[in-house]
Amino acid sequence: MERQMMGQDLSGLECVYERPGTLTGTRLHYCPGCGHGVVHRVLMEAVDELGIQEETIGVAPVGCSVFAYNYMNIDMQEAAHGRASAVATAVKRMLPGKYVFSYQGDGDLAAIGTAETIHTANRGENILVLFINNAIYGMTGGQMAPTSLIGMKTTTSPAGRTVETSGYPLKITEMLAMLPGVYYVSRNSVHTPGAVRHLKKAILKSFQFQKEKRGTCFIEVVSNCPSGWKMTPLESNRWMVENMFPLYPPGEIKVPK
Amino acid sequence: MSDLRLMKGNEALAEAAIRAGCKGYFGYPITPQSEILEYLAAEGRERGMVVLQAESEVASINMVYGGAGTGARVMTSSSSPGISLMQEGLSYIAAAELPCLIVNVSRGGPGLGTIQPSQSDYFQSVKGGGHGDYHLLVLAPSSVQEMADFVYDAFDLADKYRTPVLILADGALGQMMEKVAFREYDPADHIVAKPWATTGKPKSRERNVITSLHIEPEMMEQINLRLQDKYRLIAENETRWEHFHTEDAEFLIVAYGLAARIAKGAVEMARAQGIRAGLLRPVTLFPYPTAAIRRLADAVRGVLVVEMNAGQMIEDVRLAVEGRVPVKFYGRMGGIIPAPDEVLGALERMVKEDVAQHEEAY
Repeated sequence: MERQMMGQDLSGLECVYERPGTLTGTRLHYCPGCGHGVVHRVLMEAVDELGIQEETIGVAPVGCSVFAYNYMNIDMQEAAHGRASAVATAVKRMLPGKYVFSYQGDGDLAAIGTAETIHTANRGENILVLFINNAIYGMTGGQMAPTSLIGMKTTTSPAGRTVETSGYPLKITEMLAMLPGVYYVSRNSVHTPGAVRHLKKAILKSFQFQKEKRGTCFIEVVSNCPSGWKMTPLESNRWMVENMFPLYPPGEIKVPK
Repeated sequence: MSDLRLMKGNEALAEAAIRAGCKGYFGYPITPQSEILEYLAAEGRERGMVVLQAESEVASINMVYGGAGTGARVMTSSSSPGISLMQEGLSYIAAAELPCLIVNVSRGGPGLGTIQPSQSDYFQSVKGGGHGDYHLLVLAPSSVQEMADFVYDAFDLADKYRTPVLILADGALGQMMEKVAFREYDPADHIVAKPWATTGKPKSRERNVITSLHIEPEMMEQINLRLQDKYRLIAENETRWEHFHTEDAEFLIVAYGLAARIAKGAVEMARAQGIRAGLLRPVTLFPYPTAAIRRLADAVRGVLVVEMNAGQMIEDVRLAVEGRVPVKFYGRMGGIIPAPDEVLGALERMVKEDVAQHEEAY
């Protein structure tokens, strides 16, 4: 098979890494350095490895990843802002033999959709909820999110988030881990190859648990927003490690016994 | 042989939903329609339905979106304040062209209002309700029998046109008990292919995406034009209304739902005292029987609109009549059900005014 990259003929070379078959060829619209593209890829790699492309239905959110369905070559529904887990609930209930996930950002999942998020988890719906937390509203231009850090400057907290005005960053992942319907909770990132590999393992596990009908699997990905944070990609990853990780430490939060 | 039973309107509607092949119900309790959820939680689950009590009406309508997106027949039901909460989701469902059934067993508003019956959700039901240019197909039953019958029709119409269908009832129709016959209906005979449904992408087809997002204005305009074409087609094919003593009528009452039933009594009382009254009852509120009303407006001397609200449908009647004859209104609000003699009184006033004008003219 003839392979080309940037005009170079690559035939004769062994392919060791390529786009997963369940990612469409559509060019990602994400900003340079954004974590979404990596998470999309890892999620679709997991779908490929498990051979479940035909049995997986995804639900996209409103936010930067609103167009997730343009990149994932599976059946997908686009939900209203905050309602992805309610939509995913019904998809799973009507098609209990399929794999269902929702893919949601912090504003979608932890602000406008808090009720849906908590009740989906409390019912122990057999779905995977993927939560991308970059502590800012990216698509609408950098407003404060429920997970924005104290002191964090956004367009709606120009002097920095204060507790007096806006309360505390919402640690919704820890809240959800308390619920008996939630089977597996893992917090990840995608800023190093090791972190990416860990995320993939967490996704693979979650699909396995879903097959076994164990309950809700919840994976947070602490991510960056170079545009919203007004940093270079590298700076944003450093800032994430230094400022986000102390409040949102990566690791396995709820592991089945 | 039809199956004859004595049931509440809410229960009859729920039983018909099971028989119509509804596979998923998502709802939140609210008076005066909680019997639908309760009936389905017992009977529906027993007979294989997914019945989920959601955390809110907001979640319910989005579950209907997700469930309808799998191609299954799904529904929700609520009452006025709950239906208000669903308006965002209804706009998305109409935009994504997802067939489903929504039931509003309406009560008096505004606000928390009352749990007593009302027709004050007419504007919300037929003019859009949520954001954007869309319509629900709206069926307005006026008996427990129709509470059941319209469920089959609603699911068939929803599938036929890929559109959400609303049954707009009221608290009296939901709560009262009447005789109801369940029609012979095998859902297997009514299956419509749904190649657009998200059921998991086989190798044999491209992926299916259910969305209402179209960033490019040219595309969004095309989607809107397609929706408007669909609504026109629905208006051509599916407009329904009922005539009652209109053949020789000099005075026409226009009323729907429970108000139409009360108006029938008034028409009979009027005829007993020599007033040639008739009733046109819109059965579909969208599409609206504009042409049928216009035809009658050419033959009568006045039109009386009777509603259990402050006067909402009267705007559509006036658009149909276009000034041909006087259009008067009689309504009660806040959960009060008008009695037939009140309607008769309004009719008699209209007749008197007509006679006075007539005498003045000559």
